[in-house]
Amino acid sequence: MDSFSLLLQGLETALQPMILLYALVGVVLGTAVGVLPGIGPALTVALLLPVTYGLDPAGSLIMFAGIYYGGMYGGSTTSILLNTPGESASIVTAIEGNQMARQGRGGPALATAAIGSFVAGLIATLLLAFLAPQVVKLALSLGPREYFALMVLAFVTVSATFGDSTLRGLTSLFIGLALACVGIDGLTGAARLTFGVPQLMDGIETTTLAVALFAIGEALGVAAMTGPADRLHRVTGRVSMTAQDWKRSWKAWLRGTFIGFPIGSMPAGGADVASFLSYATERKLTKHPEEFGHGAIEGVAGPEAANNAAAAGTLVPLLTLGLPTTATAAIMLAGFQQFGLQPGPLLFITNAELVWGLIASLLIANVMLVVLNLPLIGLWIKLLSIPRPWLYGGILLFATLGTIGVNPSPIELGMLILFGLMGYGMRLYGYPVAPVVVGLILGPMAEQQLRRALSIAQGDWQTLVSTPVSAILLTVSVLLIVVPMVLRLMGRGKVLAAVAGDTD
Amino acid sequence: MKHTFLGVAFAAALAVPAFAQDYTIMAPANPGGGWDGTARAMQEVMQAEGIAPSVEVINVPGAGGTVGLAQFVADSAGDPTKLIVGGYVMVGAILTNASPVTLADVTPIARLTGDTQAIVVPAASDIQTLGDLVEKLKADPGAVSWAGGSAGGTDHITVGLLAKAAGVDPTKINYVAFSGGGEAMAAILGNQVTAGVSSVGEFAEQVKAGTMRLLAVSSAERMPGIDAPTIKEAGFDVVVQNWRMIAAAPGLSDEQKAKVAADIEKLNASAGWTSMLETKGWANTYLAGAAFDTQLAADIATTETVLRDIGLVK
Repeated sequence: MDSFSLLLQGLETALQPMILLYALVGVVLGTAVGVLPGIGPALTVALLLPVTYGLDPAGSLIMFAGIYYGGMYGGSTTSILLNTPGESASIVTAIEGNQMARQGRGGPALATAAIGSFVAGLIATLLLAFLAPQVVKLALSLGPREYFALMVLAFVTVSATFGDSTLRGLTSLFIGLALACVGIDGLTGAARLTFGVPQLMDGIETTTLAVALFAIGEALGVAAMTGPADRLHRVTGRVSMTAQDWKRSWKAWLRGTFIGFPIGSMPAGGADVASFLSYATERKLTKHPEEFGHGAIEGVAGPEAANNAAAAGTLVPLLTLGLPTTATAAIMLAGFQQFGLQPGPLLFITNAELVWGLIASLLIANVMLVVLNLPLIGLWIKLLSIPRPWLYGGILLFATLGTIGVNPSPIELGMLILFGLMGYGMRLYGYPVAPVVVGLILGPMAEQQLRRALSIAQGDWQTLVSTPVSAILLTVSVLLIVVPMVLRLMGRGKVLAAVAGDTD
Repeated sequence: MKHTFLGVAFAAALAVPAFAQDYTIMAPANPGGGWDGTARAMQEVMQAEGIAPSVEVINVPGAGGTVGLAQFVADSAGDPTKLIVGGYVMVGAILTNASPVTLADVTPIARLTGDTQAIVVPAASDIQTLGDLVEKLKADPGAVSWAGGSAGGTDHITVGLLAKAAGVDPTKINYVAFSGGGEAMAAILGNQVTAGVSSVGEFAEQVKAGTMRLLAVSSAERMPGIDAPTIKEAGFDVVVQNWRMIAAAPGLSDEQKAKVAADIEKLNASAGWTSMLETKGWANTYLAGAAFDTQLAADIATTETVLRDIGLVK
């Protein structure tokens, strides 16, 4: 009851007109940068930090909250409409979302993303408010071996993003894993595959690769198409969601939320991993497996809910322990410090008012996002009626600007173009591009967690199955591989086809 | 798309003052880290105190600052308005990455701030003192796992120096590098590792809350308000400071260098800087001129030796 009254008090603060204005500015800016490929919420909060020196704590915190949630949300818009993910957590959204847009169902795709983000943000923020201390205890009990097991599970389930051919999907995944090896090895400091180029020392930037493969590759593909420009994208159906869409979306939203929140609150989790797992779950559970890969609404609803819930989850270790687990959280920590706050285990006790103010701000920002974005959907999908040369010209411009803005170096631009050409080539020969990015994200995580686990256990491999959590996760992974094989051997191919969709 | 553009233009306009830049400070790291924080704090104070009408901060992240350093040396030679933030981590990164550009290629002006390192164990650990920890380390170096930041960074160097001072083979230490302070702290709090190393400030709140035990700090003298001995007091001759500095472009005339040094001295003497350091919780470790040059040379020599001992530099 105590937390509840504190939350109400926080809401009261957050509902003042000036504070609402800050929330609006934050949400608009956040959405805008989320839409822009390459520039993420971390950079925006960092740029705006000096501006907020003059504001009162409540005002600037709510602005951060707005940017944070807005950024998570904005990434989905371009993923769906233009097949150009703005953030790594929106990559899987592009798979189904863009197929929906191509079928003229861009409106419902955007709506399910917006409402899903709202539902997930709301539930996750409430979970953050009332369960944070318990959740964080659980998250802390996980160490490198559990994270490694989680990554193995993610690898096994990620085959859901492979599209129609397992062989091609695996080829793409291994390209991603190879690219993931580039850079300084985190555990020994040795440079790998950098060829003496200093810009490669930190590895290949995920956003650069994603923007290149998706946006540049797509633009080149469109440019190379012969014949009259077709009107594939034009909206044919209604803009809002049908009853059927609602029915198929709501469970996906909830599942996405309950996958996203715990994974976001793990110190080594992350919104991208959450969105991959949610997509895989939806693909396994769907009653419409034939639609996956061709515009299944669950494949948009689940991951979008998951990445927003994960964004709220990130705040669990930040607020309860002062642990920043993402770049944006690290910058928000800097924001706290400018008000003389030291986030740590005592923050909830020593600065209860501000913490609850922030949580209330998140709720407000969340409401504001859906209010802002639902009416905007009609406007966003008009983007698609821009003549294609203009539209893709614009995409190329923004993709380049975003990349250069984050990392002003000619080598980064060179990589963008190189990977863009690679993306075009892959498209031409029917190789899916999503697994490349997935490999780049998961590869280093899995490798580092495995090596940390082994290092701590002094090379004893049994450590990997020595805790219940890691043992269970690894067993599930093995079952996911073995069971379909057994089913196939037993000649129950039909069951398999129903379970696994068209992965062969 | 127009919305996007306006939004970003707005963000940029808010963050970057329009023109007449007296100084451009490069933070060779991503926004949000210590170097970026230092650069932005300087920007704010220098403008507010009227030391420079306009200061711009640019970020060039990568490889412990060596990417930014290389770009700075290539683009800024002879330009007295260009500054770069750097620090102890850069010294290690230049060596481990075999960077073609070193601190000898820029004009170091002054050391500004610094963090002291702290060695902690989880509250549940049976280790009570640094002596206990070193006993374990001597018995079986591999059995003591250390959580800290990137390989070859200040945390790693601290462990290497301690091992050496205790007579343990530094190549045998079991240092587990984590990306970012949050992950390393989670591993310590979750009892995944034996001990942890980071700056005193990172651990302060945890120690206060009783979730971690502070064994020792790496400063030369005891720190006010911190209830822990120095590593030296505990019997091991190790003093480490994770300092941050400001350097100017290469190829400046003596006059140009003196002007920059005078501006930085003004910054250091200003009331705004004092209160800024207090807000941020940074110690003022200002050191300039010949004294800084000597200290820098000594730090580089020590770092090179310990990185060779650990086996990170061949």
